[in-house]
Amino acid sequence: MASEAQAADKAAEGGSLVFHPMDQFIVKPLFGDGAVGMFTITNSTLWMGLAVLAIIGLMVLSTSRRAIVPGRMQSIAELAYGFIYKMVEDICGKDGVKYFPYVMTLFMFIVTANFLGLLPKSFTTTSHFAVTVVLALAVFLTVTILGFVKNGAGFLSLFWVSSAPLALRPVLAIIELISYFVRPVSHSIRLAGNVMAGHAVIKVFAGFAAIAAISPVSVLAITAMYGLEVLVAFIQAYVFTILTCVYLKDALHPHH
Amino acid sequence: MATEHTGAVSICVDSHGSAIGMPQLCFDWFPNQIFWLVITLVVVFLVLSRVALPRIAAILAERQGTITNDLAAAEDLKAKALAAEEAYTKALAEARAEAQRIAGEARAEIQAELNDAIAKADAEIAAKAAESEKAIGEIRAGALQSIEAVAKDTAGALVSVLGGQADDATVAGAVEARMKG
Repeated sequence: MASEAQAADKAAEGGSLVFHPMDQFIVKPLFGDGAVGMFTITNSTLWMGLAVLAIIGLMVLSTSRRAIVPGRMQSIAELAYGFIYKMVEDICGKDGVKYFPYVMTLFMFIVTANFLGLLPKSFTTTSHFAVTVVLALAVFLTVTILGFVKNGAGFLSLFWVSSAPLALRPVLAIIELISYFVRPVSHSIRLAGNVMAGHAVIKVFAGFAAIAAISPVSVLAITAMYGLEVLVAFIQAYVFTILTCVYLKDALHPHH
Repeated sequence: MATEHTGAVSICVDSHGSAIGMPQLCFDWFPNQIFWLVITLVVVFLVLSRVALPRIAAILAERQGTITNDLAAAEDLKAKALAAEEAYTKALAEARAEAQRIAGEARAEIQAELNDAIAKADAEIAAKAAESEKAIGEIRAGALQSIEAVAKDTAGALVSVLGGQADDATVAGAVEARMKG
């Protein structure tokens, strides 16, 4: 916030536009000016904590009355539950349902962090690769370990496309192997990239608002982008979750 | 240090507090983000798996149960209503038949009483008529005798007035002969 004020000052002094669209992603300590250590309470910590509180509020507090006829918040909690439960069941099958809490945890964290990140002045934790890579790696490692534990060496048949002609299979196996290891990369960059790009674009449009003549256009553009970002916030959480389910299905049923 | 007046300074932030390059690629911040992310995920997972998800599952199951029960109860009540309607219809038909039977009996009874009364009345009328017939017969006989006596007397008087001499026997014989004719 201090940096934004400074940027505005500089813009006013220099009379030219100054964009700092990436400043919103800076991680800084919440208390004091020290360096960001491993256990420092930072703005990232704050917004992760708020996400936890929001999840508790939505999933625990709103359901505390256990109403047969649900209220608004309980309806949303039930909707989220049913949405992810059905997704896991449809994609992973009946035996995948026991991994439902893990998938639900991922979905709830991402969707909540995405939406909290859309609040003005907030910090978007899911716009950082450090966060999404951990999420994606967790899925990747879980799926890989689970695949070998459940199927043993049979998990490798995932790379051996038995429906292809025999001569093609080794080539396909290499391609499949590469695509398998690219999964966590695409999985994480897709989420962070989408969220980061949207927020940065909004900031750029906001920078144009300093010029009075085009500020109405700028405000309109921000509004439109914001609407799009609301959509992206949900869709990226959805995509991340559904891909998690698809990968989980590979671990449980590697034979196509 | 002179450059620290703007707050947190690291290799990723310049002296004006602006980001150098992409903050997403600042490795200085990775341990912090990863540490707190892991804490967050563990907390979210525990909250969801221990409290929220079982509770929501219970709520959904309870609702499903309630709906199933209510549907069964509705089915039951519907069957009961149908049975009640059937019983009502049956009772109505029985009552109607009973009413008809009672009405028929009453009618027959009344008819019988009526017939009795008519018969009695007929008999009485017949008796009375016979009595009257007899009385009339007596009266008629009495009247004939009286007429005969008066005729004889009148004939005897007429004969004597006309200057004749008539004995009673002749007059009586003549009158009887005339009355028979």
